Amino acid sequence: MTERAGDIVNFDNVGLRYGTEPEVLSDLSFTLFPGSFYFLTGASGAGKTSLLKLLYLAQRPSRGAIRMFGKDMITLPREELPMYRRRLGVVFQDFRLVDHLTAFDNVALPLRLAGVKDSNLTKPVSDMLDWVGLTERAQAKPATMSGGEQQRVAIARAVIGRPDMLIADEPTGNVDPEMALKLLRLFEALNRLGTTVVVATHDVHLLKKVPESLIMRLNKGRLHDPTGALRFPPRPSGATTSRSDEL
Amino acid sequence: MSTPPLAKNLGRSDSAKASLPLRRREAANLVPQTRLGGPIPWVIAIMIALVVVAAAGGLALSNLANNARADLSGAVTVQIVEADADLRAQKAADAATLLIAQDNVSTVRVVPEDELGEMLEPWLGDGAGSQDIPIPALIDVQLSSASRPEQIAQLQATLDAAVQGTRVDAQSDWLQPVYSALSALQYLALALIGLLAFACAAAVWLASRSAFANHRDTVEIIHLLGGTDAQVTRIFQRSVVRDAAFGGFVGLVLGALAVWLLGRQFAALDSGMVAGGGLDWSDWAIIAAIPLAGIALALLTGRITILMALRRML
Ligand SMILES: Nc1ncnc2c1ncn2[C@@H]1O[C@H](COP(=O)(O)OP(=O)(O)OP(=O)(O)O)[C@@H](O)[C@H]1O
Ligand SMILES: [Mg+2]
Repeated sequence: MTERAGDIVNFDNVGLRYGTEPEVLSDLSFTLFPGSFYFLTGASGAGKTSLLKLLYLAQRPSRGAIRMFGKDMITLPREELPMYRRRLGVVFQDFRLVDHLTAFDNVALPLRLAGVKDSNLTKPVSDMLDWVGLTERAQAKPATMSGGEQQRVAIARAVIGRPDMLIADEPTGNVDPEMALKLLRLFEALNRLGTTVVVATHDVHLLKKVPESLIMRLNKGRLHDPTGALRFPPRPSGATTSRSDEL
Repeated sequence: MSTPPLAKNLGRSDSAKASLPLRRREAANLVPQTRLGGPIPWVIAIMIALVVVAAAGGLALSNLANNARADLSGAVTVQIVEADADLRAQKAADAATLLIAQDNVSTVRVVPEDELGEMLEPWLGDGAGSQDIPIPALIDVQLSSASRPEQIAQLQATLDAAVQGTRVDAQSDWLQPVYSALSALQYLALALIGLLAFACAAAVWLASRSAFANHRDTVEIIHLLGGTDAQVTRIFQRSVVRDAAFGGFVGLVLGALAVWLLGRQFAALDSGMVAGGGLDWSDWAIIAAIPLAGIALALLTGRITILMALRRML
C-alpha cells in the first residue's frame, strides 16, 4: 500500500459485515486529506453510519486495511485506541449524550477525559454553549432537551477539543435551516483551522453551502467516485471535482 | 455571523496529561448511582460479621490450646491404688519423696483426700468423702521440661521398684483428643473464612457485572470520546469501595458485638479451661484488619470484573 505523508485516512479494499449478514460495505478504497471538507451522501441504509463507525474507531472492518494518522488501525492494540480517538470529534447520529450529565458536563467530557483542569474548561465550554444557543440550557439533562438541543450539545462536544478530524453523522437532521447553516459555519471555521471534516447527510441543500467540499457517495455499501477525487492515488489536493450537481 | 469560539486548542494542548485517570469528582459524576446498589453493602456486612465471629472463634481456640498445652506440657499425674487408707497415705508419701529426688522433677504435690473428694463429688455423690469408697491417692508432678514418653516410662520404672500399685500418666496424653478437637475446630473456622471470602467475591462480581451492564452506554460513550480502560475502571471502583467500606464497617461492628457478648457468656462459665481462650490485643488487631481485607478483596474483584468486561469491547 502506498504511503504518503499528508494522508489522514487511507482505506484499502475495506469490507464490513455485521455477524453473518451480507457485507454492508464492500471494496472501499479511498484517501482523505488533512484540512479537506468531505460530505458523505447516500440513501438511507447505504452504509454511511457504518463507514463513519470505521472512521471513528467504533468498529473494525471485516476485511481490508485502514490507516489513520499514518498508523495501521487494524493491528493497533486496544490500549492505543484512546490516543487516536482523542484526535477525533464525533457527532453521532443518535447523539449519544450521557443521560445523567448536564449539557455543560456533556460538552466538558472530552476535555476532562483528556485531563484538562476544571478551571481551564469552564470558559471555553460556556462560550461554546453560548455559540450554539444553549446558555440557558447549560444545566439541563438530555432527557429534558428537544432533539435539536441535544444535537447542538452533541456538536459542541465534538468540536470543543478542536479535533484533527471531525466526523458528523446527520448533524443537522433535527434543527431548523437557519441553525443548520450556523452549525455548518462552525464546521467550516473548524476546517479553516486545519481540521479534516467528514459530514454524512441526506440534505442536498447542505452540500451546496460549502463550495470547496468534496463529495463521497455511497450506494448499497459501495463508494461511487465518478470523478476520481477519492481514488488511489488521488488527484492533487485542491481538487473540487465531485460537485453536488453531479449527484 | 460571529466567529465560533474555537481559538484555544484545549484537548490537544493537554495531551501530555492524556493518560491521567479522571480525578475523583469527575469520575463520580459519570455514573449517577454512587452505590453498586441494593443489598450488596448489606451482603458484605453480613459476610464480614460472620468472618469476624469465625476469626475470633479460631483465635480463641488457638489461644486456648496454646495455654492448655503450656500448662500441661510438663504435668504428670501419679495414681496410687490401695484399698487401705493408711497404707495408701504411706505409699503416697514414699512415692512423693522418691519423685522429688528425681533430676527432671521440679515440683511434687500430694493432692489431699478432701480435695479429691470435692473433685469427685459431682460423680460419686456425698459418699465421695467417706472412707467407704476407696479412691486412689493422687500426686501432681511438674516436670522441669515437657514430658516425653521415655521420661514417663522411666518414672514408672523408678516408682515400680519402690512402691506397689502406682500408675504414671502425662496429663497431655489425656488431653490429646481435646487438642485434636480444638485443631479441627480451628480448621473449620479457617474453611468458613475461606468460603465467606469466596461468597463475598462472588457477590461483588455479580454486582459489578450488573452495574457495568446498566451503564454500558455511558462506558461506550466514554470509550468513543477517548476514555481509557483505567478511567472507566476507576468510575466503577469508586462504587465498589464505597459499598465495601460501608459493609466492612457495619460487619465489623456487628461481628465484634457478637464476639464480645459470647466472650462474656463464656467468662461467666468461670471454667479454668475457657479462661485460657480470651483474645488479647493482637487478636483484636487481626479482627480489626478483616474489613480492610474485605475492601481489598472487593476492590480486586470489582477491578478484574470490569477490566474483563472492557476487554470484550473495542
Ligand atoms: N449493528 C448492526 N447490526 C446489523 N446490521 C446493521 C447494524 N448497523 C447497521 N446495520 C445494517 O447495515 C446497513 C447500513 O446501515 P447504516 O446505518 O450504515 O446506513 P446509513 O446509510 O447510515 O442509513 P441512514 O441514512 O438511515 O442513517 C443497513 O442495512 C443496516 O440494517
Ligand atoms: Mg446512518
